[in-house]
Amino acid sequence: MFFDFSKVTNWLHGWLTGFMPEWGAILTESALVLLAIIALYAVFAIIMIYMERKICAAFQCRLGPMRVGPWGLLQVFSDVFKMLTKEIVNLRKTDMFLHNLAPFLVVSASMITFACLPWNKGAHIIDFNVGVFFFLAVSSIGVVGILLAGWSSNNKYALIGAMRSGAQIISYELSIGLTMLTMICMTGTMSFSEICMQQYEHGWNIFRGHVPAVLAFIIYLIAGNAECNRGPFDLPESESELTAGYHTEYSGMHFGYYYLAEFMNLFICAGMASTIFLGGWAPLQIPGLEGFNDIMSAIPGAVWFLGKTFFVIFLLMWLRWTFPRLRIDQILSLEWKYLVPISMLNLILMALAVSFGLYF
Amino acid sequence: MNEEKNYFGELFAGVKSLCIGLKTTMREFFTKKITEQYPENRDTLVMFDRFRGSLVMPHNENNEHKCVGCGLCEMACPNGTINVKSEFYETEDGKKKKRLVKYEYNLGACMFCQLCTRACPHDAITFDQSFENAVFDRSKLVKVLNQEGSKVQEK
Repeated sequence: MFFDFSKVTNWLHGWLTGFMPEWGAILTESALVLLAIIALYAVFAIIMIYMERKICAAFQCRLGPMRVGPWGLLQVFSDVFKMLTKEIVNLRKTDMFLHNLAPFLVVSASMITFACLPWNKGAHIIDFNVGVFFFLAVSSIGVVGILLAGWSSNNKYALIGAMRSGAQIISYELSIGLTMLTMICMTGTMSFSEICMQQYEHGWNIFRGHVPAVLAFIIYLIAGNAECNRGPFDLPESESELTAGYHTEYSGMHFGYYYLAEFMNLFICAGMASTIFLGGWAPLQIPGLEGFNDIMSAIPGAVWFLGKTFFVIFLLMWLRWTFPRLRIDQILSLEWKYLVPISMLNLILMALAVSFGLYF
Repeated sequence: MNEEKNYFGELFAGVKSLCIGLKTTMREFFTKKITEQYPENRDTLVMFDRFRGSLVMPHNENNEHKCVGCGLCEMACPNGTINVKSEFYETEDGKKKKRLVKYEYNLGACMFCQLCTRACPHDAITFDQSFENAVFDRSKLVKVLNQEGSKVQEK
């Protein structure tokens, strides 16, 4: 009934193996998937930069970009072309190798996590039994890139920014891990495809897990926002104090990679929230309403996934453009004094709910 | 015990104030946007009342203004923007009276402080809402405010 993307991939595999050996077919498929990931990465970054500028403007009672193209639609494209034409400046007395390596670490970490997202039924790119672990592990590579950027820039502002970013990301990783653990406690699996399949069959996790799931969702949103260095937690690149934080010394497309990775980390964070809490590609199903469920199932899973993801992105942008920036001590005390204890209690609550069967 | 009370009190107070902030921005999200898209909307653009565009001398339909040529505005102006030329003439019943000949206003030197309009005892000059004052030559910024053949309004 519900469209399964694996039909397409199986057909492609069959067609390719028809005239080339097995390894050749797999190599070709990998190349195709790589191309798809990179293309989607760029497309979503462009959509999100436009969305961010418009939403930010709306929250500040402005219109946002309106001049380049109708409703400013071409603004982001012109920005991208500007970025591509700019010179990459190599500075003296910087560690050149690390300085050039850092943006690629950041961008590759976010690309690998991007590949973990469930796009549709049967369209999981990286999917195996410890998918959640893999996601958490790979998303931490980004912080290495940020620390390297700060260190190799030979600039005290960049170093302060990188150190703040390191402290912040490592702290909030804990909350993200605990909230994910809370949900894994309920689903009983770490594979993203199975998590989605369960939610397709039994309803979205946020409804199944009721109180602990909603609490976990809120904590995840806060911690995820901090993880992306955004919103009230953007002090690693606080413009007024540190010029631009860890990417002060970068220019041209190297800066562009940080910019891109920052936006895509937001997308990935929102995508994970929609996978774990809001059902991924699973359509909204209300037991008992057959007609409604049929209509909802007719909408493709990719649309569901993107719809939920952009809804969560909107929530995160709402947070970002509402609250003022926190100080470093406030950020750390928010994490260690409030979010970690609450998410630990929440984990216990969820464990109790699961062991007494108090979930749907 | 007191510390625990503070901890939870602060937590809930914090969450409450954050929610108020979120509510405020969400309301702002749907309000009418204040951005003016200037060159496109020049026909409908209305500046606010207190906007100081450039100095004008309003004339009525009989080509009469209220300026008596006293020069108080010239004296009040800190930049020497205004130059009032007046002359004495003899009325029919033999009295000597002052009248305005030429009211020169240099827009390029004006700092829009409104001291001249405050100094004017007859409300003869005021600031209008026109702001498209750019010209290619500085000499064009010197304007004569009294119209050709105008005279003072009799009371």
